[in-house]
Amino acid sequence: MSNATETGAAAPPLLSLRNINMTFGGVRALKNVSFEVMPGEVHCLAGENGCGKSTLIKVITGVYKPAAGAEIAFDGETVPHMTPGIAQSLGIKVIWQDLALFPEMTVAENIAFQTLSGARPRFVSYPKIRRIAEEALARLGVKLDVDRPLKDFAIAQRQIVAIARALVGEARIVFMDEPTASLTQAETDHLLSIVHTLSASGVAVVFVSHRLAEVLEISSRLTVLRDGNLVGVYPVAGMTQSRVTELMTGRTFDQNVRARDVSKNPVVLSVKGLSRPGEFSDISFELRRGETLGVTGLLGSGRTELALTLFGMRQAASGTVTLEGVPAYFSSNREAIAAGIAYLSEDRLALGLNQPQSIADNLVQASLDSILSGGLISSEKKRSLVARWIADLGVKIGKQEDAICTLSGGNQQRVAIAKWLATNPKVLILDAPTVGVDVGARAGIFEIVARLAEAGLAIILISDEVPEVYFNADRVIHMEKGRIAGWHDPRSTTLKDMEAAVYA
Amino acid sequence: MNALAARFNAIFGADMAGPFAALAAVLIVFGLASPQFLTGATFGSVAFQLPELGILTLAMLLPILTGGLNLAITFTANLAGLTLAWVLQANGGIDAGPAAFLLGSLLALGVGAASGLVMGLVIAFTRAHPILVTLSMMIFLRGLGEFLTRGSDISGFPAFIAPIGHGSLFGIPVPLLILIGCVLASHVLLSRTKLGFSTYMIGSNIESARYSGINTRKVLVLVYVLSGAIAAVAGIIMLARFNSVRVGHGESYLLITVLACFLGGINPFGGFGRVLPVFVALVVLQLLSSGLNLLGANQHLATAVWGILLIVVMVLRWLSTKFLKPTK
Repeated sequence: MSNATETGAAAPPLLSLRNINMTFGGVRALKNVSFEVMPGEVHCLAGENGCGKSTLIKVITGVYKPAAGAEIAFDGETVPHMTPGIAQSLGIKVIWQDLALFPEMTVAENIAFQTLSGARPRFVSYPKIRRIAEEALARLGVKLDVDRPLKDFAIAQRQIVAIARALVGEARIVFMDEPTASLTQAETDHLLSIVHTLSASGVAVVFVSHRLAEVLEISSRLTVLRDGNLVGVYPVAGMTQSRVTELMTGRTFDQNVRARDVSKNPVVLSVKGLSRPGEFSDISFELRRGETLGVTGLLGSGRTELALTLFGMRQAASGTVTLEGVPAYFSSNREAIAAGIAYLSEDRLALGLNQPQSIADNLVQASLDSILSGGLISSEKKRSLVARWIADLGVKIGKQEDAICTLSGGNQQRVAIAKWLATNPKVLILDAPTVGVDVGARAGIFEIVARLAEAGLAIILISDEVPEVYFNADRVIHMEKGRIAGWHDPRSTTLKDMEAAVYA
Repeated sequence: MNALAARFNAIFGADMAGPFAALAAVLIVFGLASPQFLTGATFGSVAFQLPELGILTLAMLLPILTGGLNLAITFTANLAGLTLAWVLQANGGIDAGPAAFLLGSLLALGVGAASGLVMGLVIAFTRAHPILVTLSMMIFLRGLGEFLTRGSDISGFPAFIAPIGHGSLFGIPVPLLILIGCVLASHVLLSRTKLGFSTYMIGSNIESARYSGINTRKVLVLVYVLSGAIAAVAGIIMLARFNSVRVGHGESYLLITVLACFLGGINPFGGFGRVLPVFVALVVLQLLSSGLNLLGANQHLATAVWGILLIVVMVLRWLSTKFLKPTK
């Protein structure tokens, strides 16, 4: 591992924060938090959404000004008033999750633009830009065509470009915010090796990630935040994933395989040889009453495209689908909904829910016919329908009229599920139902899924997190490049084997 | 004070506060400035002038709620008026009977709806921007109308039509009754029907509405059809009020209708806003104009004051969100 794992008193910390308090409109986002990073170490900052991780990074980079009494020191020197400019010049760099790159510009321009933006004379020398970019990429041990526009590259390479940009000038400490969220396993491995290279060259890396496995693999120390409080700083050696989850949520989760034998139940949905060129081909499966069928596979494996086809938003080129024995050809999702198929979108912010609109309107929007009275919407029926589902799924809300965007991710997802349950579906497709949902609230979502399956609903659970389908599905389809690459039964396989098969 | 505000919000809705405050301000200022302001004459003139602008504003309101706009409303109204005029003239001009008027009005509504249908189909299926589509329709209708009329007035209608523009029923001006009917119908449409519900959902996020099974194309087409038909109603009233039709009549109302929508709290990007605050905002605009008139100010000055009013309202809204804590 890295050469700076010993955290004794010998080396002074590179960055140290003490007594950090931050209040936003009455909400204390950070309470007396302290944080230290050693030179050249790989440090993980962990915690649920909203625990204060991003706020802390923004305090460190001078975007937010903490309350009086805060002490920030860099390299032994106190920094009384941190500003983004000072942070830059000290070599504190951040790679945000959205990368903040320019797709239309070349790789070289993306890497070098910050160093040139204040340069004098104000002329741009393309050879100089290229030299800066090539040097930065060389430090990472990566070769890319720096003259091609960034949009030609996949997300993993863009990430590398973002890292290279951070290294231009002098980087002493690099913060990476969820860097592996959209990477495949091979790409993640490559990124982790780059992190090792950085750390070996003396640059400290602070990793913010919710993928606990890689956190434990890469970092030497772990700082855990919960609700704006510092839970503690721990050496990673000897840590387990469940222990980290416990520290992050303050609760213990014992995960058991939920899979049951449902082969005696009647078939609800039967899919034979379903194909759509360029997306998926020859997909066949049967889904039974009360069954939770897991579908996993990497991004681009055709999972979502298959789901959208079953939901009638796209049309298959060949193959058959029957719902309770009746052929199911849908020319739109309205027909699919009427026939009893519901689809919870993977993109809750843009597609799954109408964020500016109210909780009540979001919940009833797919089942308007059930709240009509004499052809007009009845506000009493609407209110009672919403109240019933809010209570049934345990959604925590203020008023029904509040905008849905005021709710937490977990509560939003419960409303999204309620929206579909109100349509009285026979098949519920859940596409990545825990994206943007806190670890603690995820368990609650899966409790609901289990309860619905128990009540007889047929569920397709799509997730790229293998443990989710392993623990919560009865059977699991593994998709790869649009085809079914394998079937798994959680009762007769281990999580490790399943992960090995999917991430291979 | 807060309890009072809460009661007010419960009865009228929070979005009524601004328009009501403006209404009170106009009544007080002009009431003090001119002794004739708070008399029946003022309200009579407002009641006769308001309907055309008011109905055109409703035609503008529906597309704005979907995140669009209908720039063709005034020329749609003109073309609808021309249609009615043509039917009346073909049936004897001043001697035309009520049957001809009825037929002509139905055809006029049909022409308005057809103009909306074309725009709605293009917007819903090509996803072209409503500004471009409705601007094209506006230019087409203007050209067509000027070609058909050679730019002149069409007049000479039967006498029984005049009451639609000038008459009173139970002491209330007929055009005002028509406006109130349209306002109430729009209010029910938006707050109680599936179409209205879908209009709001589409306005704030059309893709998420589609994923929830809302037929977004059908809703968009219907909204523009309704917008065109409502504009045709305004065209019929204009014909009756002026006893003539001229292409270009009411053109200056176009941007005023947008202004009235925003003054009434309609979100310019769509998705939010109600009919009733817009109605109150319309009354304020018209009172303002009548009041200035009474004080001997030039009609053009009234237009300028409308512009100033809108800017002041924008600033006041910003101040109120910045300095007033929401009462939750």
